[in-house]
Amino acid sequence: MGLLSTKVTCNSHGQDSSYFLGWQEYEKNPYDRVMNPEGIIQMGLAENQLSFDLLESWLDKNPDAAGFKSAGKSIFRELALFQDYHGLPAFKNALVDFMAEIRGNAVTFDPDHIVLTAGSTSANETLVFCLGEQGDAFLIPTPYYPAFDRDLKWRTGVEIVPIQCSSSNNFQITESALREACEEAKKRNLRVKGVLVTNPSNPLGTTLSRDELNLLIDFINEKNIHLISDEIYSGTVFSSPSFISVMEILEERNYHKDSHPDVWDRVHVVYSLSKDLGLPGFRVGAIYSENNTVVAAATKMSSFGLVSSQTQYLLSALLGDKKFTKKYISKNQKRLKRRQNMLVSGLQKAGINCLNSNAGLFCWVDMRHLLQSNTFDAEMELWKQIVYEVRLNISPGSSFHCTEPGWFRVCFANLSQDTLNLAIKRLKSFVAESSPSGAHHSRESSKTRSLTNWVFRLSSRVREQEER
Amino acid sequence: MGFGNESHGLLSRMAVNDQHGENSAYFDGWKAYDRDPFHPTHNPHGVLQMGLAENQLCFDLIQEWMRNHPEASICTPEGLHHFSDVAIFQDYHGLPKFTKGVANFMSKVRGGKVKFDESRVVMSGGATGANEVIMFCLADPGDAFLIPTPYYPAYARDLCWRTGVQIVPVHCDSSNNFQITRDALERAYKKAEEDNINVKGLLLTNPSNPLGTTLDRETMKSLVTFINEKNIHLVCDEIYAATVFSTPSFVSVSEIIQDMEFCNKDLIHIVYSLSKDMGFPGFRVGIIYSYNDIVVSCARKMSSFGLVSSQTQHMLADMLLDDDFVDKFLAESSQRLAKRHSLFTMGLEKMGITCLPSNAGLFCWMNLRSLLKEQTVEGEMKLWRVIVNEVKLNISPGSSFSCSESGWFRVCFANMDDETVKVALRRIEVFVGKEGEKAKNVIKRRQRTTGLRVNSSSSKRFDESWLMSPHSTHIMSPHSPIPHSPLVKVT
Repeated sequence: MGLLSTKVTCNSHGQDSSYFLGWQEYEKNPYDRVMNPEGIIQMGLAENQLSFDLLESWLDKNPDAAGFKSAGKSIFRELALFQDYHGLPAFKNALVDFMAEIRGNAVTFDPDHIVLTAGSTSANETLVFCLGEQGDAFLIPTPYYPAFDRDLKWRTGVEIVPIQCSSSNNFQITESALREACEEAKKRNLRVKGVLVTNPSNPLGTTLSRDELNLLIDFINEKNIHLISDEIYSGTVFSSPSFISVMEILEERNYHKDSHPDVWDRVHVVYSLSKDLGLPGFRVGAIYSENNTVVAAATKMSSFGLVSSQTQYLLSALLGDKKFTKKYISKNQKRLKRRQNMLVSGLQKAGINCLNSNAGLFCWVDMRHLLQSNTFDAEMELWKQIVYEVRLNISPGSSFHCTEPGWFRVCFANLSQDTLNLAIKRLKSFVAESSPSGAHHSRESSKTRSLTNWVFRLSSRVREQEER
Repeated sequence: MGFGNESHGLLSRMAVNDQHGENSAYFDGWKAYDRDPFHPTHNPHGVLQMGLAENQLCFDLIQEWMRNHPEASICTPEGLHHFSDVAIFQDYHGLPKFTKGVANFMSKVRGGKVKFDESRVVMSGGATGANEVIMFCLADPGDAFLIPTPYYPAYARDLCWRTGVQIVPVHCDSSNNFQITRDALERAYKKAEEDNINVKGLLLTNPSNPLGTTLDRETMKSLVTFINEKNIHLVCDEIYAATVFSTPSFVSVSEIIQDMEFCNKDLIHIVYSLSKDMGFPGFRVGIIYSYNDIVVSCARKMSSFGLVSSQTQHMLADMLLDDDFVDKFLAESSQRLAKRHSLFTMGLEKMGITCLPSNAGLFCWMNLRSLLKEQTVEGEMKLWRVIVNEVKLNISPGSSFSCSESGWFRVCFANMDDETVKVALRRIEVFVGKEGEKAKNVIKRRQRTTGLRVNSSSSKRFDESWLMSPHSTHIMSPHSPIPHSPLVKVT
């Protein structure tokens, strides 16, 4: 009988993964244009830093929202006391409008069906607490966001069974992959409660096609299970095909809420302002569901992670300004597109291809041709070289549970244009130097061998960032 | 949908059971208030909200500080240049200035007698989140924590709902002013052992909610000794630490363990929040402070599920580090609470109603036992319904705090102004007077019918028929226990 709980000693929080070790390296030797120009460039952080100027200029023009005032009168007291887990109505209204706007108003959301949570980290966990328990599993297509292992499994006791996707069809979800995942769950004695997809995908940067969405709906109907669609990147779609939310598919199929209540009871959307607005620090997440029992239970559970009232108030004003949101969504997408193009074309010049993407804050980069062998060990070796020699913190595909070695996620929206150009330059040099030259290779390999031991020694202080 | 209690239902059992505790009749009072909320001019006969332990006495001090420090907000011209750095910041170690500020504030609240290490300050979604996280770290499903009664009703949700942990109550009663005794603890622990329940720790709320009392030094020492002997954890919820307004002064567990060399510090954990001491429940600032390194590390990872908004961290950091402000605030807050407590309890005394002597908290533990027809939970609930529906005061019945003795009620006094307190007192006076009259009439009637002279030793005995008067309405089942805020109507 341990002194502490089993949750403390197990490592379902997933923070021992290599994904987080890259952070450690970056923290020790962070790039700075002036102070540390040889340092490691952070490209493992899916943050959107491209559009703060738009937010700041709005704040400049709207002192009331900034100063806890409503029509000039101070509402500090009311905000300080407001802890109603139903959330600030003005904020929920503005949020659902924003969500609809991102979807080209092809879908509308009912503010009474939104549950506010402390980030989508909390939204995902809360939904799983409501839908599953020990002995249950959720199917998730690979590659997927590493922290799902923590968010969905750690405290809930629920398991994840991967739906294996491959580059042969650009990592799209297939029916056979879905069925295989079900079989796998059965073998592991797990009851499948649902499928969770991230749309647009992290790390792929692609949106789910209409076919994939229809396949998923058919599948969950057949099995009478849930579908959770994490649409945290929905506002980052910058080129065609345009974003299709699962909610749109339900509407298209004429699944009216009255005639087909059961399917509406099993489809849930997760959202957050961390990526689209670039505000991860504010901890604004949301669950959307037409299932009243889920909404009721999730609302109560949100007590464990409510959104700060002052943040709700600020954002209700910001998102309530429709002129602003229209301008923001459009400009932000244009900037993301330009940035992605820069990275893609830069990498191409180095002979490196990316998966064709139309969304997200990152590219899914194909470095298979740079591997010594088609193995995950080789992927780790390559990754270490990139971190220590090229001095870029990028994320290895294995940390996303990718079944094929050699893919890396590289972020492009959390650094300046100049820094991005420098990163591309470094990678280009590395690729050029890496072309066949035995002596050179063996020098590199011995360096990385000595690094292996060092990297896998766990530090007591991993500065984790809420990475997606 | 949701298929009842089957384990193979569409939803989890957790989603459909009522372990969240919000179906308790306790929340009926909220409903009555929601339907008919008091307002001094718009609705002077409405229900007074005295079931809400909020501290509304010192907003002026905080607002003054914020007016003088516009740079604390990331939205003002003075603070805007911090906006992007703060908006991006989601490191679960917290903004360094913020954790430093919290450590500093916690130390000041304890009169500077303890120093807190900012690297042990872990954020959480309010104390609600903190209590749940600490349970996830210390206990597995089926394990138990001992908790002295009466205790905060929402512990059932916070400690048990999603964690699977159970509460073993340690009953305290008025025979010794509800103090926890070593004896009561030993008995509860032994019984749990006999019932094959694995006790992982003891949880104390100090100062106590709902009693409003603090634990004295000797008791604290004996409790620390107890948990060390049993090798179980001690979680001290010190959320009301700065609401101590008179002697004895607050003795935190952090102070006690400084002088106890044999104490295994790995067993000691503090839960804190700014919701009561500063009156900011909306900002969701919860803190876990543990002396156990592994717990700090684990709780920190779990804090991802309930971090404090960086906007809020930034705003509060400078405030909490402003020693002049903190000293002034703590002193002033204490004084105002003392005054308010006195106004209320003295007013009650004049009508013959006593409260448990208290030195802290935002409420009184009011003794209405003599008004009960039966000394039972039903008797208490009957009286409570009258108070809610006829006297129009939403106060909290002791049974909702798992109190083993009927007739006690928690009455909050810091969430309103002086005038409203006087309105409350007047209503109670009328109620008590009426009941006194009725009791006298009942006695006279009995005297006439039986020809006997009965000496009424208390003017507060009641005829049951009065309690079932046609005026008492049937209580509907509750939906949301959370009261409407003006912000809800403002939209």
